[in-house]
Amino acid sequence: MPTFHFELGELPPAAETLRAEVREFLRAELHEHTPAQRARSWGGFDREFSRKMGARGWIGMTWPTRYGGHDRSALERYVVLEETLAAGAPVSAHWVADRQSGPLLLRFGTEAQRQRFLPAIARGELAFAIGMSEPDSGSDLASIRTRAERVAGGYRVNGTKVWTSNAHISDYMIALFRTQHDAAKKHEGLTQFLVDPKSPGITINPIIDLRGAHHFNMVVFEDAFVPEAMRVGEEGAGWKQVTTELAFERSGPERYLSSLALILELIREVGKVPGERAAAVVGRLVAHLATLRQMSLSVAGMLEAGQNPNLEAAVVKDVGTTFEQEVPEVVHALLGMEPTNDTGTHLQQVLGYLTQSAPSFSLRGGTREILRGIIARGLGLR
Amino acid sequence: MNELRAILSDVVTRLFTERVTRELSEAAEKGEWPGALWQAIEENGLTLPLVPETKGGAGGTWGDAYVVVSAAGRHAVPLPLAETIVASWLLLAAGLEVPLGPLTVAPVQRDERLKLVRRDGGLRLDGTAARVPWGRAAKHVVVVDETDGRATVALVAAGGARVTPDTNLAREPRDTLAFAGAPVLAAAPTAGLPHDAVRLYGALVRAAQMAGGLEAILALATRYATERRQFGRPIGQFQAIQQGLAVLAGHAAAAGMAAANAFRAADRRDPWFETAVAKARVGEAAGIGASIAHQVHGAIGFTYEHQLQFVTRRLWSWRAEFGGESEWATLLGRSVAERGAETLWSFLAAR
Repeated sequence: MPTFHFELGELPPAAETLRAEVREFLRAELHEHTPAQRARSWGGFDREFSRKMGARGWIGMTWPTRYGGHDRSALERYVVLEETLAAGAPVSAHWVADRQSGPLLLRFGTEAQRQRFLPAIARGELAFAIGMSEPDSGSDLASIRTRAERVAGGYRVNGTKVWTSNAHISDYMIALFRTQHDAAKKHEGLTQFLVDPKSPGITINPIIDLRGAHHFNMVVFEDAFVPEAMRVGEEGAGWKQVTTELAFERSGPERYLSSLALILELIREVGKVPGERAAAVVGRLVAHLATLRQMSLSVAGMLEAGQNPNLEAAVVKDVGTTFEQEVPEVVHALLGMEPTNDTGTHLQQVLGYLTQSAPSFSLRGGTREILRGIIARGLGLR
Repeated sequence: MNELRAILSDVVTRLFTERVTRELSEAAEKGEWPGALWQAIEENGLTLPLVPETKGGAGGTWGDAYVVVSAAGRHAVPLPLAETIVASWLLLAAGLEVPLGPLTVAPVQRDERLKLVRRDGGLRLDGTAARVPWGRAAKHVVVVDETDGRATVALVAAGGARVTPDTNLAREPRDTLAFAGAPVLAAAPTAGLPHDAVRLYGALVRAAQMAGGLEAILALATRYATERRQFGRPIGQFQAIQQGLAVLAGHAAAAGMAAANAFRAADRRDPWFETAVAKARVGEAAGIGASIAHQVHGAIGFTYEHQLQFVTRRLWSWRAEFGGESEWATLLGRSVAERGAETLWSFLAAR
């Protein structure tokens, strides 16, 4: 039976030295951040913070130095990630590029693209958005219809991307377009492009989320021109590349830490000597948290060893998002206080933010159902 | 996985696959002691993985023992292998010799005590311990009692107890042992063990057995889903079945990580936190996992004839033995709360 395999991960001493540096940096940078701000974590977009991370050498850590990277190990990168996420640092101005756009360009981009984009990403100067979903294509990503037609010197693009987080404040977007139409072969004929969202023919319309916040967008392409030099990889190789990119996206430690701020507020609330029920609730959450960290570390170890832990990463993401989504429910069941937007106690505000954000945890980067389908395939069921 | 572990894994998997037959499992449930299987396991050096080679063991670590204990759970081996390993560890910690043959530990229940007393010119054991795993089958019982604020480990012959047999759901012996001045064969105080060492290390091995059991039921349910056909296709092609098995896979993976990490912590001589985490996390996985595996199997999995029940009945008992999820979660929650929210992350990241 084909199946997954997890081995205990181990961090080298160098990674622990680095951890101390990262903590010191974050303590200084975030000392004024409230629990509710920390709960936003990778919802927070702060270019100045990202530039400081870049200056420290903590973006593009594993990339070669010739592209502005730092030749560090995947495990050192892991330590930086888990520390920044555990601290609730506002990472989203560099996060997408560090996690997926940069690695994608490193793997499939042209030499000119690598030289142009990777050093700037590593300095924390370039924010990326991801253009995959469309109004009629969500989980069925291969059904996208936005077309890129060849014209002199490049491509003319028409269509609409949706749920494009931070497109309105990003410098570039990596978008998946259809370059060939053959209904029978929908996985073929897809191609990835680097798109400057400020180009003529591109309109970015905000989509306000249920909390009233703006991070989503609808990006409309009307005869927008994308130069040939901005194509990522070969024409028609988009599906394979996107699959690889989503595997990068899924493998990180962020997939269980989204609700850490609420667990911390819960512990503060129940006090040093909690009652039996409160203690059991806290203990159970910590048991899940500690286990997920080991699972996540195990995936990091496999990445470091040059393996391809796609299945294991999907398992960790599914278990992790289920956990982080459960935390506000568990806190509500124990304490029952009203969640708030921006009044009340820290606990109420963190609970309010996470209660309203939690539905997205099992949607972003591939729904729970899609992930479980990937796991089922790994088990040999499909 | 290092070389010793790879070899151990091959040996136990081969041995258990060949020897733990349906007939053997059924006979064991009827009270028959699988002596030939015990002997084969002992001859392969698998009963004492932690004991130094100079003393007849395999000279391994808890990490090596994990391979044996989780495999015993995976194959639902009806023998006190986990108990023998814990008992041998307690004896080693006190610097005592480890006898051959099946061992068990007592007392296993919270708030029970077996008292070591000096009487008639020697050390003797008094008291009653309920639910002692494999009490009737063990050659020796290893007891931990607290004397003068220190844990004392004592070895007594199982024959020194009056045995009232009972079983757990899987019909593994869980007997009441009554000692009335039973002579202690050897005893020594040890600074290296907490007073709740039996419950702690008992919880540790049960977590590994359950993790193995979860692997087994995941494999059984997955295979069944590819073989059983309804509506003209294998039921594993239905999304509802796929989603259920993916959830089971997640719990099995979490269980394996939590248990293996606790064994690693035991090798650092600091297993309390990771064991509490493992017993709480794996116990939860056992309940959910068993439920999904049964749902996938349908009615056939609910029969005695099908092998699924050999594992699921063990999971239902093991998750409660040596403290259930709520007990360990409560202890864990108290220790976390006492340390405070500020240190939670740095504590976790250092483990």
